Amino acid sequence: MMKKLLIVFLCVPLLAFAAGEVLHLDKAPDRSRDLPALQNGAKVFINYCLNCHSASYMRYNRLQDIGLTEQQIKDNLLFTADKVGDLMTIAMRRAEAKQWFGTAPPDLTVIARARASEFGSGPDWLYTYLRGFYRDDARPTGWNNTVFANVGMPHVLWELQGEQVMGAGHKLTLARPGLMKPEEYDAMVADLVGFLAYMGEPVANFRKQLGVIVLIFLAVLFVFSYALKREYWKDIH
Amino acid sequence: MSCDDKVDCGRRRLLVATSVAGGVAGVAAAIPFVSSFAPSERAKSAGAPVEVDISKLAPGEMMTVEWRGKPVWIIHRSKEMLEGLTKVADKVADPQSDRPMQPVYTKNEHRSIKPEYLVAIGICTHLGCSPTEKFKTGAESGIDADWQGGFLCPCHGSTFDLAGRVFKNKPAPDNLEIPPHYYLSDARILIGEDKKGA
Amino acid sequence: MGASSAEKYKSDGTTAGNLLEWVDARFPLMSLWNDHLAKYYAPKNFNFWYFFGSLALLVLVIQIVTGIFLVMHYKPDASLNASGVPVAFASVEYIMRDVPWGWLIRYFHSTGASAFFIVVYLHMFRGLLYGSYRKPRELVWIFGVLIYLALMAEAFMGYLLPWGQMSYWGAQVILSLFSAIPLIGNDLATWIRGDYVIGDATLNRMFSLHVIAVPLVLVGLIAAHIMALHEVGSNNPDGIEIKKKKDANGVPLDGIPFHPYYTVKDIVGVVVFLTAFSIIVFFMPEGGGYFLEFNNFFPADPMVTPPHIAPVWYFTPFYSILRANTVNFFWIDAKLWGVIFMGLGVMVLFFLPWLDRSPVKSIRYRGPLYKGALAIFIVAFFILGYLGMLAPTPGRTVVSQICTVIYFLFFLLMPIYTSIDKCKSEPERVTG
Repeated sequence: MMKKLLIVFLCVPLLAFAAGEVLHLDKAPDRSRDLPALQNGAKVFINYCLNCHSASYMRYNRLQDIGLTEQQIKDNLLFTADKVGDLMTIAMRRAEAKQWFGTAPPDLTVIARARASEFGSGPDWLYTYLRGFYRDDARPTGWNNTVFANVGMPHVLWELQGEQVMGAGHKLTLARPGLMKPEEYDAMVADLVGFLAYMGEPVANFRKQLGVIVLIFLAVLFVFSYALKREYWKDIH
Repeated sequence: MSCDDKVDCGRRRLLVATSVAGGVAGVAAAIPFVSSFAPSERAKSAGAPVEVDISKLAPGEMMTVEWRGKPVWIIHRSKEMLEGLTKVADKVADPQSDRPMQPVYTKNEHRSIKPEYLVAIGICTHLGCSPTEKFKTGAESGIDADWQGGFLCPCHGSTFDLAGRVFKNKPAPDNLEIPPHYYLSDARILIGEDKKGA
Repeated sequence: MGASSAEKYKSDGTTAGNLLEWVDARFPLMSLWNDHLAKYYAPKNFNFWYFFGSLALLVLVIQIVTGIFLVMHYKPDASLNASGVPVAFASVEYIMRDVPWGWLIRYFHSTGASAFFIVVYLHMFRGLLYGSYRKPRELVWIFGVLIYLALMAEAFMGYLLPWGQMSYWGAQVILSLFSAIPLIGNDLATWIRGDYVIGDATLNRMFSLHVIAVPLVLVGLIAAHIMALHEVGSNNPDGIEIKKKKDANGVPLDGIPFHPYYTVKDIVGVVVFLTAFSIIVFFMPEGGGYFLEFNNFFPADPMVTPPHIAPVWYFTPFYSILRANTVNFFWIDAKLWGVIFMGLGVMVLFFLPWLDRSPVKSIRYRGPLYKGALAIFIVAFFILGYLGMLAPTPGRTVVSQICTVIYFLFFLLMPIYTSIDKCKSEPERVTG
């Protein structure tokens, strides 16, 4: 045991060094205030992702933040839960999932925050990742990815995007087109990533609005307190 | 608080202004902390309205569902049971439900929307025990010979009729509480919410 | 102190006055008020650097209040819930989403942790600038260093609680340091963890220590720090003792009552601080990944180490010192030397009052040797902190070794360079 710990301890710097390569990420379009786009992203997320991935800290009725009514959520998005107040959990057993994919699909509630790095924001990483799948027959799923080497997840959206192959000079080319044109696919992924970013911190927009009010108030308080300090200190020389 | 020669007016004005602004800041800062005691989204979700299917509830039968962690009784009263309510009207403390223990749409003799179905919270209004059903009538009930069916609280012996009305001279002060509810259809009740627009 | 200000409050006949007299006859209310505020004479020439003591107290209050409310919702439980997420991790997200205003309380606490260290580092630097650790304030300084140590323990244990990847692996690395101790190390590390790896037992004991044991110690130390300070009186940017020049009433000529003068001044400091604090909390709560590390949004996974782990920024200078030594020498291996150097790096602070032999306290009257040494020391400390966040490369290791040597030489050579330095003479009275 101790030896293992020692190895971990000594390898940490080495691992960090090994990961020193640079990731090139595409900038994800900002969808944080585009409600129709976020609603579309929610739909894509629930249709394509929520079968295998949970979002187990997120409640369906929270989607009212992005302009949906409780009735709309109930009618259009509530496939796996009974109540609009339920969490976005999934029925798939983790042990089984691990057998199928080699690793259990991670919970995605805060994935947009977790994937941030010095190379770009979490949404940038997700935007690049979801557009970076390519055919690789060496992999059990038949797919590989430009930013997540030897990824366990197959390309769930391949019917929409089509099949990319890795060409010369580490460039991806579309070998077989999918149901969507590349621009349409990119826009849909942007919506999905926008939704993941929203879900990572649903309170983010409100937080910033509140912040402006707090700062304005503190500015007023500063004026008063500074004047008071000047008033008292005018006697001190 | 007029300014005289001894008091420095400018200083006092600034002191008041700063104190008021600081006080406002203090109150504003307290709001998040006080609010955090309120039920969380999880508690609200767990306490959300409950939909109940009553199509299989035969006359004379009772079912219990949970709403906000409390037992809610649904009783399908038979004709005899409903007649019994009239017979005990002079023995119960609040026969016309004048006290506010129910939504307005159930303020009537049988304390329900439809006479045959009673929806009530099964918690004694004395000290919070859950009464047990005593549906057998007369001496067989073990209560008294005139017993028309109802409930007996095991803790302190309060008795209630089949409309949840408390009998006179019992420890419990009030009738059983009727939760907000409405009929989604003839066979389905939603407990925990008033009908929208009602 | 009590004896000197034993005069009891006499009521002016009003209800409030009567109540105050009643209380003061039974509790030293007025003497506490006078000794620490109304008749505590502080030098009138405090500058910008003197805000950070009261700000540290403010951050302590923020951390305690927000902490109390977080404990109401947080669950120290490493077991996995139905969705396969550790309960502790999920309970933090529960606070962020489901608890009314929980997100704000949590961001206040997470930002407060970093703010505490920013304020404390500036407070300590003030001590270095103006010689505030010098006689007669040795105990003030020693209590301060103890507070700093307790704060590091508090922050380390608090960082484990969200039970993310950085929480887990950071704790794994730091607690493994104990295994470097010869003979008993392995058993000691296991004893501290309560398991063969970091686990539920570790999480629960760290939670207990974080929410009650260390805060109690901290509050006690802070009380001692302030009591010691008010016994000897505050230093000032000129580094001279204001108590040497008193008027007929025994009031220092250059002293002004702390209340109201420094209370109104500190309120301005508080407002400015809260403005900066709010900018972080409301607009960049992750602090660019320095205050909340991105990898900590992945739940702890004992099977996978994240590719790059680094401690939170306030530990990185010492983490760099830990990593700097890469050779075994004498009979001790490199790992243990790293631990020893890191420990000495903190311990050496205790000896500062006796290492400094300068005839003057303040940087204003010190000679070029001390000014240069302090500048080089600060640069080296920043470089160590910066390198501690990065993955080491051979080049970076050499730099961190050089900076580690500078760090220690600043202290070890201090008796020499401070005694031969060309100092200016101190003024009789404080200057502006």
